[in-house]
Amino acid sequence: MLSDTLSQLLYGLSYGLLLFMLASGLTLIFSMMGVLNFAHASFYMLGAYAAYQVSQWIGFWPALVIAPLLLFAFGAVVERWGLRRVHKWGHVPELLFTFGLSYIIVELVQVIWGRAAVAYRVPAELDGPVAWLQGYGITFPQYRMFMMGVAVAMLVAIWLLLTRTRVGLVIQAALTHPQQVEALGHNLPRVYMGVFGGGAALAGLAGVVGGNAFVTEPAMAGTVGAIVFVVIVVGGLGSLLGAFIAALLIGLLENFGKASDLTGLAVLARLGVDLDSGSALHSVLALSLSQVAPVLPYLLLVIVLIVRPKGLLGTREG
Amino acid sequence: MILRLMAAGAAAALLAAPPAFAQSKSAAAPQTVKIAYVDPLSGPFAGVGTNLVRHFQFMTEQVNARQLAGPGVRFEIVTFDNKASPQETLTVFKQVVDQGIRYVVQGQGSGAALALIDAIDKHNERNPAQSVVLLNYAAVDPDLTNSKCSFWHFRFDANTDMKMEAMTTFMKDRPQMKNVYLINQNYSHGHQVSRVAKELLARKRPDVKVVGDDLHPLGQVRDFSPYIAKMRAANADTVITGNWGPDLALLVRAARDAGLNANFYTYYAGVIGTPTAIGAAGEDRMLQVSYWHPNIAPEYPYEKLYLDFKKRFNEEWYAVATYTGLAMLGEAMRRTGSADPLKVAYAMEGMKMDAPHGTIEMRASDHQLLQPLWIASWTKVGGANRHDIEKTGYTWKTEAAYPTFVASQPTSCQMKKPARPQ
Repeated sequence: MLSDTLSQLLYGLSYGLLLFMLASGLTLIFSMMGVLNFAHASFYMLGAYAAYQVSQWIGFWPALVIAPLLLFAFGAVVERWGLRRVHKWGHVPELLFTFGLSYIIVELVQVIWGRAAVAYRVPAELDGPVAWLQGYGITFPQYRMFMMGVAVAMLVAIWLLLTRTRVGLVIQAALTHPQQVEALGHNLPRVYMGVFGGGAALAGLAGVVGGNAFVTEPAMAGTVGAIVFVVIVVGGLGSLLGAFIAALLIGLLENFGKASDLTGLAVLARLGVDLDSGSALHSVLALSLSQVAPVLPYLLLVIVLIVRPKGLLGTREG
Repeated sequence: MILRLMAAGAAAALLAAPPAFAQSKSAAAPQTVKIAYVDPLSGPFAGVGTNLVRHFQFMTEQVNARQLAGPGVRFEIVTFDNKASPQETLTVFKQVVDQGIRYVVQGQGSGAALALIDAIDKHNERNPAQSVVLLNYAAVDPDLTNSKCSFWHFRFDANTDMKMEAMTTFMKDRPQMKNVYLINQNYSHGHQVSRVAKELLARKRPDVKVVGDDLHPLGQVRDFSPYIAKMRAANADTVITGNWGPDLALLVRAARDAGLNANFYTYYAGVIGTPTAIGAAGEDRMLQVSYWHPNIAPEYPYEKLYLDFKKRFNEEWYAVATYTGLAMLGEAMRRTGSADPLKVAYAMEGMKMDAPHGTIEMRASDHQLLQPLWIASWTKVGGANRHDIEKTGYTWKTEAAYPTFVASQPTSCQMKKPARPQ
């Protein structure tokens, strides 16, 4: 049914755009500083918890602004007093630092908010299906539409920042010619601090909108952490547009995959090959696409690494 | 290394002597019986695990204060983190044995339960003077009291087959049910739920069609909307799921977001954190099968325990098997006047006693506890449905209460029993 397909398309896009919000911060940090931030998924989690706390005290809409700002400050602090000191020893120590940081953040969250899930809910104004889509037979939640809107607005804002403002131009220059930028008198360490804080803020924003759509609990960083790396590797390390395409691709792949009952056996039968139940691969081929769909992005990761290691639009090698 | 050997030697020497308490039936000397809690205390299931430790500590206080295990006998819980892994469980079991602990409680994960039963059987066969008893309060794989049953294992939760028996009995009187969709987590528990659902539906409601049978990876899926789309396409009016944790919460929320009008029959909607995550999304569409819920009667003697626990820990008291398990253990010790696992195990066989939800009986043939079961629906707090679950404004309302015989299942257990103690 067309409305079913359209509905799944929308769900896939909204999930993909959420992944993009997460991946964009990670890609920016990596392009700028060469640091693969393992704590990025934890920033996502912190954003969700910060939004939960602020929405308990004030409300959801202030939380939408305040939580990313808090994450920006947190990210800047981490860069200034943590990452910068480790920087002189190279990329691997930086990676280890962010790896350790991710564990600390998870424990900190459990100490403050406990080990169980918290009641971070979708605000009442955004609850319910989108009215005009109902007319086409599609029941799509307003909140998912809002999530897509936030992601697109964020993308536009980043693009405008990077291409139209002075700060953006300095950032772009520092990407490829850091020494010249410093020689021209710009405060490069401050730029780095700002970019890391900005990346953390983007992850925090993803947490604000994703935390109440999905469950806000200490395990949420782990469940989303792996898929974000898949997105940036498939899209190409260092490319924002690549991350965008890869995120949408993975969102759609997972969603359409889950909805399909196609099995390897059915495909083989279509080709005229009939495998009996005794043969070796039978149990593997009997698996339906919907059973393996959540694993498909990782399969894609492996294929991309074998066939085209620099990803779709990658600018950095190795 | 030398220190380890010395410690092991000392432990062996201590274990070789039978507990002093067993010498005198009218024990005048105070005796502390240590009970090992072996379940996850870290990782993704830490929240559930730490809440259940509190359940056990609460019950231990009851036993000690009311002398439920006999005069002067005290229980003490010693916690061990098995990280939900069967391999880690075996490592932890060695520590339990080294510390001379004779009783183990476990429940989160039938895989770990199975590993533990196997280890205990072997240990008890080789060291009959240091036997260990396992009280299983939540691992529901039916095999544990059928093909893999053991004399040293006692199960206090209703197993998957029993719960499905109650669920399908409830469904017999629902003619509006026509198309059933099964969705489960892709591991042993999910497979068992799917299997027994199909079996019992075929027997009790042959007119009902099973229009879908999905298995999804455990704890991986964030977006259940494609599965909801499949349910809608198949015209499902009923969904049966053994899902727990975020897998259940996200499933029910996705169903509400997509406006799917189907009833969700669940096993684990009451586990800590899940009511909070589901909230209003479950209203008028979610049911669960359980051996207890806080509104089972307008008033009942154990209600005070429920309220006490809630006030002290700000968490729900829902795992009442922690109560029945320790109560039965205590009663067995009181009747035999001994803390020796062999005597206590034989005393528990066939024991009948009172519990918060009715009369319970530990069946001797397979060590499965027989107890009444409830089908309850998620509804707004009001009237007789008075206890607010996790401050959601919602609670459980009894749709059907089934006496013990309804859900009890025959067993294929052929357990080897050790010689009865004199």
